[in-house]
Amino acid sequence: MSRRLAEAFAPGSVAAQVAAADWRAATRVAGELLVASGRTTPAYTEDIIQMLEELGPYQVIAPGIALLHARPSEAVLTTGLSLAVLEKPVEFGSKANDPVRLVFGLAAQHHDSHIEVLAETANKLSSPRFVNSLLTIHSESDFQRLLSDS
Amino acid sequence: MKILAVCGAGVGTSVLLKMNAEKALRTLDLEAEVVAMNLANALEVQDAQVILTTPDLVAKLEGTRSEVIAIEGIFDLNEIGEKLEKALG
Repeated sequence: MSRRLAEAFAPGSVAAQVAAADWRAATRVAGELLVASGRTTPAYTEDIIQMLEELGPYQVIAPGIALLHARPSEAVLTTGLSLAVLEKPVEFGSKANDPVRLVFGLAAQHHDSHIEVLAETANKLSSPRFVNSLLTIHSESDFQRLLSDS
Repeated sequence: MKILAVCGAGVGTSVLLKMNAEKALRTLDLEAEVVAMNLANALEVQDAQVILTTPDLVAKLEGTRSEVIAIEGIFDLNEIGEKLEKALG
């Protein structure tokens, strides 16, 4: 596992088997994890929700997986990722990729500071086995273990 | 030849789309520069042959001179390859 990817998920950035009633609640969870791990201010979460309201669910990038983010702004303190594994899937309105259980939050400070980490994340997510394992984690330490084992 | 990969923010989906488009181009043995950017900036670009984006965002790109291609599965290298080949070949 690359250290860079492990570092992108700061302590406090992962929550497992979270309850969320709908896409807004799920987005708030991923956003709050970015705030809790020191990546963004709460304004960033509102930016993401506004973006999804404006542009639709295009950030649901693959079956069951959302990569939520807004534009780089002052609300981003430093580049990083968060992950909320939902207990039950929610609908974002994506024809191709609903329902969603893996909700990633991405904070990008510049347009290029996060690209390698994003590439590595995408690479991991291209493995169905990794995705299935992600769905079964129960804690942040399960997640870190999964990253270092894969 | 220039290709844009476009999403709302220009930092997430478009970056993944760019990476996968570059892979598909390598497989097709086609050479092109792929640039990731947000919607607002994409509308300013005059010299891109093709814009790749997601189906939700196609309507937001109305008015551009470039050919807009909607990619359903941004990780689907076959789909990206086929659509690029059709547009560029």
